[in-house]
Amino acid sequence: MTVHHHPGSDLLLSYAAGSLAESWSIAIAAHLSHCPACRQDIELAEAVGGVLLHDVAAEHMAPGALDDVLEAIGHTMQEAPLVAIPPPGPAPILPKSVRDYVGGDVDDVPWQRLGKDAFQFLIETRDGEAKARLLRIKAGRPVPSHGHGGRELTLVLAGRFEDEISVFRPGDMEDVDAETVHKPVAGVGEDCICLAVTDAPLRFKEFLPRILQPILKI
Amino acid sequence: MIPDNYNGQVAPSDNDFLMRVAAQQDREAFAQLFKSIAPRIKAYMMKLGASPETAEEIAQETLITVWRKSVQFDRHKSSAATWIFTIARNLRIDRLRKENRPALDPNEPLLVPDGPRSPLAEIEESTVVDRVTAAIGDLPLDQQEAVRLSFIEGLSHGEISERLNVPLGTIKSRLRLSFEKLRLSLGDIR
Repeated sequence: MTVHHHPGSDLLLSYAAGSLAESWSIAIAAHLSHCPACRQDIELAEAVGGVLLHDVAAEHMAPGALDDVLEAIGHTMQEAPLVAIPPPGPAPILPKSVRDYVGGDVDDVPWQRLGKDAFQFLIETRDGEAKARLLRIKAGRPVPSHGHGGRELTLVLAGRFEDEISVFRPGDMEDVDAETVHKPVAGVGEDCICLAVTDAPLRFKEFLPRILQPILKI
Repeated sequence: MIPDNYNGQVAPSDNDFLMRVAAQQDREAFAQLFKSIAPRIKAYMMKLGASPETAEEIAQETLITVWRKSVQFDRHKSSAATWIFTIARNLRIDRLRKENRPALDPNEPLLVPDGPRSPLAEIEESTVVDRVTAAIGDLPLDQQEAVRLSFIEGLSHGEISERLNVPLGTIKSRLRLSFEKLRLSLGDIR
C-alpha cells in the first residue's frame, strides 16, 4: 500500500541527526516501516551527518587509545551479515519500534478506556518533551473535536480515520500544529489503531472530555 | 563515472579501509580507520556536551562497534563516513541522552520493500562526499546553522529556537527548506 501522508521533513532531519526526542522518534521509526520514500530521505540526511562529522575539527585521542582498542578487538567477535528473513506466521500489526514498548503485538496491549468509543495505552519513554500513546478508536466512531497546544503526530497502524484534512490509512502520518482543530472519525468496518505523539495537552472543545483530561493524561 | 584523481594518485579512502576490515579482519586497515575517524568522533561527542573522558570512551566504543559490525556495512547504501556517523549517533543517544533509539528493524516483516535503486547510487564515495559538502555549502547561512546545530550539537527544535532566540516555527521552516534544497541537489545519489 502506498503511503500518502508523511511527517514534516524537519522531523526526518532531526531523527537522522539523533536530535529528536524519543517519543517522536517512535512515530518516525514506525512510519519508516511503511514508507520507502522516507527511508531514502533518512539515508540522504545521514549522508549529510557523515560529511558534517568529517568536517569537525579533530581532538587528540588519549595516548595509547589505539593500542587499547586493538587489544579490545582482539577479543571481539565480528557479527554475521544482516540477512532479512521475515519470521514465519502472519505479519504483526505493530511495527517493531512499537512492539518493543508494548512487549508484544496489538492483542497484547493493556488498553485503558478513554471515554465511550476509545482506548489508549501510554507508552513510557525517557524523554521529557513529548508523550506517545497508542489509541484504539471504535469503527465508525469519532474522537471528540480538539485543538492542540503544540504539535501532534498521528500514525495509522490499522483501520483508517478521516478528518477535515484527509483520509489516513496504515502508514499514513498526520502532522498537525497548534493552529489545527480537527475531529477525526474512525473508518467504518474496522477499529482504527494509531500511534499519537503530542508535546502539549489536547484542547477539547466539549465539556466532558475536558474535565476528564487530567485523569486520562491526554 | 571517472574516479577523482588527485595528481595521478588515489589515496585509499575510509571506504577502502572499512571494506578491508570487513573482508579480511585487516587490523592495519582498522588502525588507519581509527586514526582518521576516532579523533573526529571524540570532538563531536565533546560538542554534544560530553566530558573529554566520556567523549574518548564513546569514540573508542564506536570504533570497536565498527569492527564488530563491519560486515554489515553496505557500500551501495552509504559511505563509511555516513555509516560510522550512524553508529556514533546511536551510541551517543544511548550514553549521553540515556534514551532508547527507536529504529527500523531490517527484519521487520511489515517492511514495505524498497523500489529498485538508481545506478547512480554506485557513484564514487569521494564524489558523493564532494557533492554533499557542496550542497550543504549552498544552503543559506541561517539554514546551514540550523542543520549543523541539529547534527553536530544534537539540539532539538526547541533548543535551537532558544539558542538563536528565534521562534520555534521559524526553526522548523528553516529545517524543512534546507531539506527540500538538499533533496533537489542530491536526489539522484540516494
